[in-house]
Amino acid sequence: MTFAPSRRDMFKTLAAGGLLIPFAISGRGMAAAPAESAKLSAFLRITPDGIITIASRKPEIGQGIKTSLPMLIAEELDADWQNVRIEDARLDPVFGNQMTGGSYATTTNWDELRRVGAAARAMLLQAASKSWGVPVGELTTASGTVTHKKSGKTRSYGSLASLAAKETMPDLKSVTLKDAKDFRIIGTDVRQYDGPKIVTGQPIFAIDTRLPGMKYATYVKAPTFKAKVENANLAAARAVKGVHKVFTVEGGDLIDELLPGVAVVADSWWTAKKARDLLAVEWADHPTSTQSSEGFLTRAKELAKVAPAKNLRNDGNVEAALASSAKRLEAFYDYPFAAHATMEPMNCTARFTGDKLEIWTCTQFPDQGRKLVAKTLGIKEADISINIVRGGGGFGRRAINDFMVEAAWIAREAGVPIQLIWSREDDIQHDFYRAGGFHQLSAGLDSNGKITAWSDHFITYAAEGFFKIDADIPPHEFPAGLIDNFSLGFTEMPLGVPIGPLRAPRSNAFAFSFISFIDELAHSAGKDPLTFQLEMLEGRPVMDRGRGAFEPKRAQAVLRLAAEKANWADRTKLPKRSAMGIAHWWSHLGYFAEVVQVTVANDGTPKVDKVWVAGDIGGQIVNPLNAVNQVQGSVIDGLSVALYQKITIEKGAVVEGNFDTYPLMRMPEAPPVDVHFIKSEKAPTGLGEPALPPVAPALCNAIFAATGVRLRSQPIDPNLLKV
Amino acid sequence: MKLTINGKARTVDADPEMPLLWVLRDKLDIVGPKFGCGIAQCGACTVLVDGQPVRSCSTPASSVSGKVTTIEGIGASTVGKRVQAAWLDLDVAQCGYCQAGQIVSATALLQSNPKPSDADIDEAMAGNICRCATYIRIRAAIKQASGQKGASA
Repeated sequence: MTFAPSRRDMFKTLAAGGLLIPFAISGRGMAAAPAESAKLSAFLRITPDGIITIASRKPEIGQGIKTSLPMLIAEELDADWQNVRIEDARLDPVFGNQMTGGSYATTTNWDELRRVGAAARAMLLQAASKSWGVPVGELTTASGTVTHKKSGKTRSYGSLASLAAKETMPDLKSVTLKDAKDFRIIGTDVRQYDGPKIVTGQPIFAIDTRLPGMKYATYVKAPTFKAKVENANLAAARAVKGVHKVFTVEGGDLIDELLPGVAVVADSWWTAKKARDLLAVEWADHPTSTQSSEGFLTRAKELAKVAPAKNLRNDGNVEAALASSAKRLEAFYDYPFAAHATMEPMNCTARFTGDKLEIWTCTQFPDQGRKLVAKTLGIKEADISINIVRGGGGFGRRAINDFMVEAAWIAREAGVPIQLIWSREDDIQHDFYRAGGFHQLSAGLDSNGKITAWSDHFITYAAEGFFKIDADIPPHEFPAGLIDNFSLGFTEMPLGVPIGPLRAPRSNAFAFSFISFIDELAHSAGKDPLTFQLEMLEGRPVMDRGRGAFEPKRAQAVLRLAAEKANWADRTKLPKRSAMGIAHWWSHLGYFAEVVQVTVANDGTPKVDKVWVAGDIGGQIVNPLNAVNQVQGSVIDGLSVALYQKITIEKGAVVEGNFDTYPLMRMPEAPPVDVHFIKSEKAPTGLGEPALPPVAPALCNAIFAATGVRLRSQPIDPNLLKV
Repeated sequence: MKLTINGKARTVDADPEMPLLWVLRDKLDIVGPKFGCGIAQCGACTVLVDGQPVRSCSTPASSVSGKVTTIEGIGASTVGKRVQAAWLDLDVAQCGYCQAGQIVSATALLQSNPKPSDADIDEAMAGNICRCATYIRIRAAIKQASGQKGASA
C-alpha cells in the first residue's frame, strides 16, 4: 500500500483540463450542426428560432448531470430552459475533462461551466451592442432575450446568434458571473431532460445501440480471475444455428485489462449465450485459486492478535492512554466484498471501418478506455472515436473499461460490428469489488466518559490494478485528529480478486466500523449517542482530510438537524424492539448525518421504519428535485448493502451470480426517507455518494438500541436478533 | 412465429426456445424492454401479455399467443398514459434503466386495481428491482396516477 498517488491526485490526473479547455470555435466539439444554427462554442449552438442546444460533456449514469450541468451553462447564458435541448457529447479534448466519478461533477463544473455560459452571453451582448450602436453596459438579458431599456428595443438570442458567433469569445477567467440571488434556473426543481424518453422506452441506453449488420457477442472468462483457457469445445458452439464466430482470446495478465477467454458472436445475444453454454471451457489452474473469504477471515483474526505490519499514524501515546483509561473496549469489525450490480449490465458496441474504430458505450472514464483499447489492440488513439451513451447505473463500476477493450478486440476478430453484452452472472462474478476488510479496534474512556485513546489495526488486501487504492486507508481518515492518542496501522493479505470503487469508496465500510464502535463507546460511557458524537467534534479545529478541509462544526450541525427532525429526544417512547440509531460521516466534501428507526421482529427480521437525513453540501443545491432523489437512493442503497449484500470468494472465484443470491432491496422493504439540507456559505459540492456512508452504522446502532445486540459484521445476520 | 406487439402483427423467424425479450430486442429492434438478469428476478424486461405482466426474459416467444404490450405501446391506454405522466411529474427516474419494467408493472396493477393500497403496491411491484432505489417516488407516482392522496415523494 502506498499513498502516492492519493485518491485525490488520481482523480486530479484524470480531471486534467480545468480552465485550459480549448473552447475556441472550431469544427470540433458538438456533433455537426444544422446549417442554419450558429455555434457559439464547443458547448453551444443556437438556431434562429431560439432553440439552444447544449452539449452534455460527461457520462450520465443516473446521477442527473445530463440535466444539472447544462443548467449551469443555461443559467449564466440567461437562457429560457424551455428552449434548451441537450446533446450527449462524444469524447473530444475540446470538452476538457469528461470523466465522472468521485462526486466531482458539481465541484469541478460549478465555476467552469457557468463561465462557458457567461462567455456565450457576452458574445450575444456584444453582437446586440454592435447592431444597435449602443454600449454593452446599457443592455440586459433575460430568458433568451437581449433588451435595451433606454430605447425599448429587444432581440431574441435566436436572431442574434449568427452575429454573436462572429464575436471573439472572451477569456473565461474574465467573465462576470451572476450573484446567486439572481439565479433563475440553478436552485429550481428541473425534471431530468431524458425523462420523456425514459417513460416511453426510447433507445437511449448503450445497450440499445443498433448498427447495420451488427452481431451480438458474449465473452466467457475464468471463474478464478486471470486463469487461462486450457481447452474449449469451440465446435459445439459453432454448430448452433445463428452463430457467426467462436474464438479464443489469449488476453493478458493485468487484472483490469483484457483477460483470457472465449468469445461467441451470433445473430442474437440469446443465441450467442446458448452456444457459449456448450463450450465446456476448461481453465488452467491459477495460483489464487486457493483464496477464499473463509480463509481471509481466519487469517485476519490471527493477524488482529499481533501488531500491524506497517504503521501509518501515531498521535500522543496510545498504549499509555489505554493503560490508564477508566474503561477499555476492544472490537473486531468486518465487512465483505460487495458488487456494483448496475441494472444495465456491462455492454459495448464496436465497429471497425478499415483502421478506424468507433465505439458506443457507457463508461465513467472514456479517455482511459480509449487509451486501453489503443494499447491493447496496437492502434492509434486518433483512430478511435467514442460515443458516450447514457448508462443504466455506474456506482463506480464503469470506471474500469474491461468491457470496452473486450468489445473492441472481438469486433476486430469477428470482422463485423458487434455488441458485447455481459450476462448478469458475468457482471456479478467479474466485477471490481468493494474491498472487504477487517478492523481490530481498541479504545479507552476516562472517568468522564470521554475517549482518550483509539487504535485501529486495519487488515486489508494487497490488491492489483488501477483501483487497488480502494483497499487502502488514508492516515487522515476519521476519527484521526479528533482523539489525542491515536494510532493507525495496517497489514495486507495477498489478493487475486479485482478491487474497484463502489459508491463512496472506503467511506461506505469505514463509517460502519468506526461509528458503530463509537456507539459502543457511547453506551459504555452511559451517554446519549448523539451527545457523544457531538462531544468528539467539539472544539476541534478544521483539519485537512486529503480531498479537502473537514470542518467539525458542520458535522455537528447536520447531527443536530437530523436529531431534531427525527425527534431523537423522544426515542425512548418507541415500543419494545423499536429504536433509533444515529451516525454522521464526511465524504466527498459532503457532511451527512442520519437517524434510522428500526423495528426488529421476534424472528430477528429488522424492518427499517424511517430514515431522517440532514446534509450540508454547500450553499447551493443545483437541482433540488434530483438532490432529494439522489439522497433517498443513496440511503436505500446503503441499507441494501448493510442488510443483504455479500460477495463470497471460494477457490479464488465468486460464488454469487444473480439477484437470487445477491439481493437488492425491493419496494416492500424500502422505508420513507426524509431529507433536509443545511445551506452553508460554501461552494456547492457533489451528491452522488456522501449520503450513503452514515446509514449502515445508524442502522446497526438502532438495532443495538432495539435488541441489545451489537452487529460487528456485515451483512447483518438476523439469526443473531431472534428473541 | 406470429406475434401481436403493440397492436401490430409481426412474423419472426426465431428459435422456438428464444425468450420473448430477445425476439423483441434482437429480432425486432423493440429495445424498450430491458435485459437485467435473465432469470425473472429483476423485472426490467416486463411486458404485458393480454394485460398481465410477464417477465419476457424467461418466457419463450413461441408460447405467447396473446397481445403483447411493451413500454413503447403502454401510452396507448388511458391508464398507461396516466402512469407515464405521473412518472414525469415526480421525476421518478435516476438512471432510468429499470423504469420501463416499473411503468409496465404499475400499469398492470392500476388496470386491475384502480385504487391500490400501499400493501397492494408493495405486492405488485416487489418483482421490479430499482438499483438506484427510486422506490419512494415510484410508490408516489402510482398513487398519483390512481388519483389518490399521499402521493408526495
